[in-house]
Amino acid sequence: MDDLEKRMLKEVAELDSLPVGAFNIRSNGASEARNSTANIQIESRESGDGINVYFKDGTKNESCHIPVIISKSGHKECVYNDFFVGENCDVVIVAGCGISNCGGHDSQHDGIHTFHIGKNSKVKYVEKHYGEGTGTGKKFMNPTTVVHLSEGATMDMDTSQIAGINDTYRITKADLGPGASLVMHDKILTNFDQTAKAEIVVELNGDGSSCDIISRGVAKGESQQDVVIDIAGNSACHGHAECDSIIMDKGVIVATPKLKATCVDASLIHEAAIGKIAGEQIIKLMTLGLSEQEAEQKIIEGFLR
Amino acid sequence: MLELQNISFHADDKDILKDINLKIDDKFVAITGPNGSGKSTLLKIIMGIITPTSGKILFDGQDITDLAVNERANLGISFAFQQPVRFKGLKVKDLLGIAAGEGVDVTKDCKYLSAVGLCAKDYLNREINDTLSGGEMKRIEIAMAAARGGKLSLFDEPEAGIDLWSFQSLIKVFENLRRVTNGNIMIISHQERILEIADKIIYLKDGVVDRYDESAKIMSDLNMGRYGCGCAYSRKEGACNG
Ligand SMILES: Nc1ncnc2c1ncn2[C@@H]1O[C@H](COP(=O)(O)OP(=O)(O)OP(=O)(O)O)[C@@H](O)[C@H]1O
Ligand SMILES: [Mg+2]
Repeated sequence: MDDLEKRMLKEVAELDSLPVGAFNIRSNGASEARNSTANIQIESRESGDGINVYFKDGTKNESCHIPVIISKSGHKECVYNDFFVGENCDVVIVAGCGISNCGGHDSQHDGIHTFHIGKNSKVKYVEKHYGEGTGTGKKFMNPTTVVHLSEGATMDMDTSQIAGINDTYRITKADLGPGASLVMHDKILTNFDQTAKAEIVVELNGDGSSCDIISRGVAKGESQQDVVIDIAGNSACHGHAECDSIIMDKGVIVATPKLKATCVDASLIHEAAIGKIAGEQIIKLMTLGLSEQEAEQKIIEGFLR
Repeated sequence: MLELQNISFHADDKDILKDINLKIDDKFVAITGPNGSGKSTLLKIIMGIITPTSGKILFDGQDITDLAVNERANLGISFAFQQPVRFKGLKVKDLLGIAAGEGVDVTKDCKYLSAVGLCAKDYLNREINDTLSGGEMKRIEIAMAAARGGKLSLFDEPEAGIDLWSFQSLIKVFENLRRVTNGNIMIISHQERILEIADKIIYLKDGVVDRYDESAKIMSDLNMGRYGCGCAYSRKEGACNG
């Protein structure tokens, strides 16, 4: 791995070296390093366009890192990664994709992640998307995440796209069985003429299921974001969504809440707010000695934390 | 130390402050007066949060009238808000770190927080969002001003909304600030016990300085019921048990 790739790896997966536990590092379309453990088995898909990851029943306190790096200008790929998590597991999965494009050709990563989470299993999922590069070639990223939660299973998702992606279409779809729960923190920062579209669709199918979707967006420059959060309550369930956005410069954000209840015992709440940074927040930080720009930066940093 | 020359503030067709002239050198000066008399406006003008319609502000001889809030902060002026500002995502330790100007330092943060009766362990990692109660916010606001230190610390009703968790602790914060920074403190308060320990009191009424004198003198006048409005002043009327 060269220095650039190492740096990207740090950016998207906070890794300084090869991680412990299971991992698969994909670089410019090929698996660069892979490790399976006694409980976590990583296999290439027969079609060659991704991996299947199997977690044995009862796998606890183990992690699986699957970062993707694209540093070759013009590389485009569509990757399918399927996760089969057994019952009674407690695992951490860290995904992420970094595109560094210094060339003149567009680079693109479309990743489709599907999670089958077994009964009473707990999964923490972290996904970070990041782009950089001074070339004229654009960086596109279109992640799709599909989550099937069995009875009593929980998924805690932390997804973010903090910089440098020209255009993204992020789709998250989840269906929840009885007593299952989904917590999702999604963060997007766009700048310049970047565009981002996010669609989060949750179906609360089992009694006692719940979701808490917290989406935070910051649109700077002339960037545009379009966020749809769509929750269907088909059972005695609790669904909560909070879509909170800051616009700066000439940024545009469209937030569309959609709630649908097909069961009288479903309770669904959606809160949405869009506005610029509160002037009093900037002033408060200025009384602590920060300049107006530093204050704005701090506020955004906290907001997207 | 601080001199206000002909400070006026006009907004919404109202004269909120009218030709204020003050020379402040005493270490501990309290500002009091009825609701709406212009106390917060005056303090915000000193911090640079509000730009006066006319007039001049001198700080240690330097004309600071045109300086931005952060420039005044960097000269050593700090401000604790009457209504502390909430942030999504920023934590108590982040703001204390910015205030102290030296990043997060748990030992020091612990000192600042315990001085206002909060346990660092419980609060350093709390977000300064609307899950903090009003009183907790006020205490953190005071801790931040203490962390900032500096030559002139401005407090806008620091005791408001705080239970009598021990008023003594609050007083101690001020005394400490005074000792450590050897700086000046200006504090808006309706609390008799704070007014009593001030060196001088500024009594604002309808946007003008009605009285500016030694604390003891003004207090004895207040207790005689000369000033029958506000809070500490209405003691005689039995409206306040302060
Ligand atoms: N920007 C503004 N536009 C219009 N009116 C204002 C503005 N700022 C302050 N005022 C008015 O000026 C008066 C003084 O306000 P200020 O907040 O300084 O009062 P205060 O003495 O601090 O009162 P309190 O004891 O209630 O805190 C009030 O009547 C207030 O409504
Ligand atoms: Mg006030």
